[in-house]
Amino acid sequence: MGRINIEKLNKTYANRRRDPRSDDDSSLRQGDRVTVLFDIDLNILDGEMVCFLGPSGCGKSTLLRIIAGFESPSDGRVQINDKPVKGPSADHIFVFQHSGLFPWMTVFENVGLGLRHLKNRRDRHEQVSEFIEMVELDGFEQHYPRQLSGGMQRRAELARALAVNPDIMIMDEPFSGLDFLTHMKMREEVVNMHSFIQKTILLVTHNIDDALIMGDRIVILGDSPTRVIMDRTLDFPRPRDFEKSSELSMLRSELFLMMGVNYAV
Amino acid sequence: MSTKVRKKGEKKSYAYLMPFLGFFALLLVWDVLARFSGWSREVFPGPVVVLVSMGELLADGTLIRHTVASLFRVTVGFYLAAGLGIPMGIALGMMKTARSLINPLIQFLRPISPLAWIPLAMLWFGIGDPPAIFLIFLSSFFSLVVSTTIAVDGVNPTYFHVAANFNFSRAEIIARLVIPAIIPEVVTALRMTVTISWLVVVAAEMIAVQSGLGFLILDSRNALRMDYVMDGMIAIGLVGLTLDFLMRQLGDLEAARWRKMTH
Repeated sequence: MGRINIEKLNKTYANRRRDPRSDDDSSLRQGDRVTVLFDIDLNILDGEMVCFLGPSGCGKSTLLRIIAGFESPSDGRVQINDKPVKGPSADHIFVFQHSGLFPWMTVFENVGLGLRHLKNRRDRHEQVSEFIEMVELDGFEQHYPRQLSGGMQRRAELARALAVNPDIMIMDEPFSGLDFLTHMKMREEVVNMHSFIQKTILLVTHNIDDALIMGDRIVILGDSPTRVIMDRTLDFPRPRDFEKSSELSMLRSELFLMMGVNYAV
Repeated sequence: MSTKVRKKGEKKSYAYLMPFLGFFALLLVWDVLARFSGWSREVFPGPVVVLVSMGELLADGTLIRHTVASLFRVTVGFYLAAGLGIPMGIALGMMKTARSLINPLIQFLRPISPLAWIPLAMLWFGIGDPPAIFLIFLSSFFSLVVSTTIAVDGVNPTYFHVAANFNFSRAEIIARLVIPAIIPEVVTALRMTVTISWLVVVAAEMIAVQSGLGFLILDSRNALRMDYVMDGMIAIGLVGLTLDFLMRQLGDLEAARWRKMTH
């Protein structure tokens, strides 16, 4: 189960600015604190793949880090399966934007991190191998992350996250820094993986096409302080192609316009 | 164009000879200076005289005995410093409150030269190995604590998030995250400090003990045997070279190498 309820979530940071802000942006002021997230309400269903879009620095990552338990909300509450989030846990695994693989461990050891509870060595070995095979990294078990390409590192991290069998996977720009083709392939793999394991996936991206192709639902964060400015369920069949579906391509233009791009090609 | 394409890392055959060439040049300059300085061989012995006397010292075992005595002190003092300093550095790196308590003390004690401790060391530990070992310990301990603390501080915070995500216990955080993450820096720190302790042992032996290369040098000076003084210096240099070589090997271990090539 990976149901998430977010109610009236606020996040403010202490303002490090020395000089007082001018009065006209009073919406940003709360004493000497800056509001990053303002009054966020979201209900995410079990098994949903939700893509978060928004301009950079709008607090997408902050929202995800709060859900993951790395940061705590200033106000409001975040519940996973009706229980408040108290901190990081293996039930909701965060996949980091830049590799979170431990560089001093081999691929096998990294993937094995989520299976440490298995005391039987053979069981553990078998399961780790299974997850490595799932992301097609068999043959690279004894490689260190630095010996893998960027795409392979992401796949290894994916395998490590899957091995824990979490209720929720949280991905912060999982495709950033990959070359075009690797990006496309990884996107496809995440979609296939999601339809296979049916876990809740939260994914932050800058890429509107990623969100349209992958998401069961798109949430757009914007304005400052950040609030939800669009929340839309996509019930288009997969594989999706916005060149063939006019409805999808209209939505795409709408999204681009919303993010301030007038002529998206 | 007849330039050959070489693989990276492949050295020209004579590249290995370069360090020896340096030593050979040093010997040559030394010899020329000794011959034409106008000083007697008692005051400025040339390389031949020194090598012959080194043969004597090697033959009667004196040089080996003193070298072993010095190495023993360095080893014990250095292991003590590493055994206490690295865990303490890890603790300070991980506990911010402890650090704000202890760090100022360390920064206060660190710039005090170990040699300044000699009078106290002799008073407290008497004559013999203990005061020398104490001085070597002091020379390495503080810098190892500081380097280790800084190394722990520099560990990518993402890794701690990952550890929390995978429900690491405190012991696991130390054993599987902090220690492997800081090994490269700690090895570099060890390489630096072993050289410093080797510097300090010679100084310590000139005062507190009756053996070791420092004692050999001081004793030979009293006997006006400058060739023996130079033998002692050469032995110190050679051991220092070997220690550095061994520490470099340590840096090439798989555990210390992960940082190389990671972007």
